[in-house]
Amino acid sequence: MADNDQLQVELVAADRTVWSGQATMVVAKTAEGDIGVLRDHMPVLSLLVDGVVEIVAVDGDRLFAAVEGGFLSVANNRVSVLSQYAALSHEIDVTAARAELEAAASDTEDGDERAKRAEARIRAVEKAS
Amino acid sequence: MALSVREYRARIKSTESMKKITRAMELIAASRIIKAQQRAQSAAPYARELTRAVSAVATYSNVDHPLTREPEESKRAAVLIVTSDRGLAGAYSSSVLKEAERLAERLRGEGKEIDTYIAGRKGEAYYKFRGRPVKHSWNGFSDQPSFEVAHEIGQTLIDTFLDEDGGVDEVHVVFTRFRSMLVQEPTDVRLLPLEVVEGESKPDSAEVLPLYEFEPSPEAVLDGLLPQYVQSRIFFALLQAAASELAARQKAMKSATDNADELIKKYTRIANQARQAGITQEISEIVGGVNALADANAGSE
Repeated sequence: MADNDQLQVELVAADRTVWSGQATMVVAKTAEGDIGVLRDHMPVLSLLVDGVVEIVAVDGDRLFAAVEGGFLSVANNRVSVLSQYAALSHEIDVTAARAELEAAASDTEDGDERAKRAEARIRAVEKAS
Repeated sequence: MALSVREYRARIKSTESMKKITRAMELIAASRIIKAQQRAQSAAPYARELTRAVSAVATYSNVDHPLTREPEESKRAAVLIVTSDRGLAGAYSSSVLKEAERLAERLRGEGKEIDTYIAGRKGEAYYKFRGRPVKHSWNGFSDQPSFEVAHEIGQTLIDTFLDEDGGVDEVHVVFTRFRSMLVQEPTDVRLLPLEVVEGESKPDSAEVLPLYEFEPSPEAVLDGLLPQYVQSRIFFALLQAAASELAARQKAMKSATDNADELIKKYTRIANQARQAGITQEISEIVGGVNALADANAGSE
């Protein structure tokens, strides 16, 4: 482990590793509110809600990813973000997400959930731009 | 010779076109299997991290969750059988079904009733033909399963497991484990109630798990974690089954191609023999005819 202010971050979706690398900060939205993780954070395992995860890479790049639920686990300066679905902002199709958001509005059964997920995706793209 | 030369030629032709088909299927399976293995590999990090998280919760809190609780008396078991959608994969589907029969036999021996859940058209057809009841079945994804399907299957199984009345007390999965290109073995695994930290994907025992803080609470984290763990294990089973199916198909198609080669060789030989026999006969007929003519002419002169 590097002795500066780095974290080893893994953003993992069910079927692939979305992003993995060194970062200085990770911000995620948990069930109890936003959590920011810097180096030497205490070990934490918490539930995430549908939302945006922000990763500040070592070179200063800010990455935004949309996640659908999942977990954040922090230990020994290793941060893993696990989610069934995760996508970085540049992989997201905004038009599709907006269409999904509209479609979700007319869906009475699980429209709320779908709308939240679509919103998370749109927000990730908006934050990145 | 039983058949004429023309008929043998027709047989050679049809065998040749069959060989082309099996050869193509062999190549397709071979190229897909690489993709299937890659998918299995890219799903591995998720499973690994999830296992780490589950074992972390299990180590630092007293795990008591409906999904891990052993029922006092187990009367009903659900069995999920993972078969293929398409045939022409050798003994792939029948061997997994055989394994399922064995498991069912064992469970019945323990006095449990069995609810069957099936993934893949071959298994559906097998149960339908025998008129056996199937609780639920899924199909259309056997050679490239997506996580959504695993999610759906997992949810269904978890729901029936948690259902107090009319639900099941344990859940088993029968699938084909991909050992190598040559070896695939049908296995059955008890999925629920969960045995936390299975030997297979256990993180290094030398690695000491840190003291985690759980947010919002260990119970809530476990609540979210365990269903995903179940789904990820089903996904793992589906991916293994997909790789095994393709490997089995490749092997089956390779031997079909080889057999077609053999048949073509055999038929060509017989056809040549028949042709030669025909020529010999024609010659002897001509010679016989000429001799008869000569004899007749000699007699009249």
